[in-house]
Amino acid sequence: MAAAASLANPTTFSSSLSRSRHHQPFASLATSNVFNATKQRSFKPLISQSIVSSTSPVTRRTSVVAAATANSSSSASSTSFHGLCYVVGDNIDTDQIIPAEYLTLVPSKPEEYKKLGSYALIGLPASYETRFVEPEEFQSKYKIIIAGDNFGCGSSREHAPVALGAAGVTAVVAESYARIFFRNSVATGEVYPLESEARVCEECKTGDVVTIELEQSLLINHTSGKEYKLKPIGDAGPVIEAGGIFAYARKAGMIPA
Amino acid sequence: MAASSAISSSSFLSVSQKDAGVSSFYAQPSSSIQMSQKKVSKKIVSVMAPQQSERKPSTTGSVKTGMTMTEKIFSRAAEKPQLNPGDNVWVNVDILMTHDVCGPGCIGIFKKEFGNDAKVWDREKIVIIPDHYIFTSDERANRNVDIIRDFSTEQDIKYFYDIKDRSNFKVNPDYKGVCHVALAQEGHCRPGEVLLGTDSHTCTAGAFGQFATGIGNTDAGFVLGTGKLLLKVPPTLRFVLDGEMPDYLLAKDLILQIIGEISVSGATYKAMEFVGSTIESLTMEERMTLCNMVVEAGGKNGIVPADATTFKYLEDKTSLPYEPVYSDDQARFLAEYRIDVTKLEPLVAKPHSPDNRGLARECKDVKTDRVYIGSCTGGKTEDFLAAARVFLASGKKVKVPTFLVPATQKVWMDLYTLPVPESGGKTCSQIFEEAGCDTPTSPSCGACLGGPQDTYARLNEPQVCVSTTNRNFPGRMGHKEGQIYLASPYTAAASALTGFVTDPREFLR
Repeated sequence: MAAAASLANPTTFSSSLSRSRHHQPFASLATSNVFNATKQRSFKPLISQSIVSSTSPVTRRTSVVAAATANSSSSASSTSFHGLCYVVGDNIDTDQIIPAEYLTLVPSKPEEYKKLGSYALIGLPASYETRFVEPEEFQSKYKIIIAGDNFGCGSSREHAPVALGAAGVTAVVAESYARIFFRNSVATGEVYPLESEARVCEECKTGDVVTIELEQSLLINHTSGKEYKLKPIGDAGPVIEAGGIFAYARKAGMIPA
Repeated sequence: MAASSAISSSSFLSVSQKDAGVSSFYAQPSSSIQMSQKKVSKKIVSVMAPQQSERKPSTTGSVKTGMTMTEKIFSRAAEKPQLNPGDNVWVNVDILMTHDVCGPGCIGIFKKEFGNDAKVWDREKIVIIPDHYIFTSDERANRNVDIIRDFSTEQDIKYFYDIKDRSNFKVNPDYKGVCHVALAQEGHCRPGEVLLGTDSHTCTAGAFGQFATGIGNTDAGFVLGTGKLLLKVPPTLRFVLDGEMPDYLLAKDLILQIIGEISVSGATYKAMEFVGSTIESLTMEERMTLCNMVVEAGGKNGIVPADATTFKYLEDKTSLPYEPVYSDDQARFLAEYRIDVTKLEPLVAKPHSPDNRGLARECKDVKTDRVYIGSCTGGKTEDFLAAARVFLASGKKVKVPTFLVPATQKVWMDLYTLPVPESGGKTCSQIFEEAGCDTPTSPSCGACLGGPQDTYARLNEPQVCVSTTNRNFPGRMGHKEGQIYLASPYTAAASALTGFVTDPREFLR
């Protein structure tokens, strides 16, 4: 029986697909919009989620702020993300991020938004021994995802970045992204999609404590003591800075305030 | 690996720069071109002669550089005479499509951002098609169809293909089925237009020479209110396919060949333009299959120039005027791939990636537990006619459960009415029945993406399935350890007859 080309062991991340180390043309084609280092933190979630249940831990917005300011080892600056990282490999598609059977959950309904979080990354195969969200939980203890190439490939389902955001993820650092996932992340403000220069998914381990300093475009792994340069956000910058596509359009006068 | 050795022979696949203009125009990182042995020149050459005298504004706009058809569609939709890849522009949307899975989310965003009483930008340009989770008892799935119905009623949406009686799809006169096939069959795809949909396979419509791509709920909510979206102009990869199509190959084999060549991220953010004598010989449904899977290569959109075949197909389907566009001779392409289709063989994409290409004949020892023929990729009328051809040629019965999921009501009807060539007047349904396949089921997306647990033909155990669908990542059809081999309808039917992954030439010669 022909061997199935199953997903790579997460500790090696080698894959038959890695022969195409494809840099994100979105960033490389960016004309002039390098992320302005002097701007204040402007990344805010587009949709404020007012979660009805009082037992729910955090809303999307507060989780981002908490990540930036609560931890004593992070700076007082709001242009940073901090927390434990969860490491995945190449070509993590949307079915692994949020399997199709959960797509009946409507992200714009607060209770269902919360449920989506509980299923984030539940589609990862058994080779990922550490679960991203514990059973019975709605949020993950891992705030930052570190990934290889082509993160978020597959479906256009916005449920993918939403599930990650609902689970408490603040930012993703991937070697490259699939187009629709990247777009949805920017449009929703659910996770901040950053690109690394190096193959950080081979250098970091799930559970490492990391900080992302946006102003310096840096990923700092406190556990290993290493730092990695991040790529400028590129053309998506103004949309993220405005707070998503709607806010951007309002600023540009495309839709009434 | 055998597949790659077939590729390494230069006889049928070559990549070239189209002209010097490519390298001079783009200071592209060389890693963005996978196949070319030549690196893109990073030298930037002046593209415009220095101006000798001042030119009046009215004449300046007439100096244009050649554009690809995708760039031209953007140019028209953004009302800008000249555009370059990388430009971010607001485009006017001609058609917005959504379905039962993403519709409720878009509607939620639309109401939140524009107000509960807001009206959509154009009730005739929105097409709402329930198709994903229809024939299920899942309450939330059923509720989602109610949500899009309520919205369609409230907004007086002209094109809402409703289903109310799930127990019998035939009594629902408006219900169509799979959105991408319905869009084509109902005449919503027109050359030169911009079609956006809340589904990754919206790129299917590029077969009609239009710009069609998938977007998320938030973007779609924005379009619902404004009829516009901020989009980046993609550069174009050109695929020139020449040669007479062998009678054991289908468009599915062509696209699997290409994805296997450039990988699942080989076309990220790019347009994939398909030209050449082979393309011109393809029917509309075959062109749809081709464009359908560009997203599996990361492509932003796929596109085929409109021609007599296109116009003929559209004759009885749309009365709206349209204006096709074509790439200029001087258009600049990021890369050009040339493929001699006569050298190709039936392919599969092995688990667990659409670019894990293999020759069907080299997988003949792979036992399969089931075969699935359906979806926007492989559940159209011609896909079933193709499968029927193989069953007819064999005259034998299938060895494994073979599930047939017609994409739309119309496809279902075709199975029961259209005579299969050289069969003495038999219909597909008769041939399928004689071959021992399952009865064709209610049209929908079905188990292509797994779906609710009670979805027909869902992979609920770690089985091997040969499927005419579009993705085979872990868990795609349900069970995480399910092993999905993507294949053409010919290959799928052949595999059903043997119980192993089988090259259709076993039966078609």
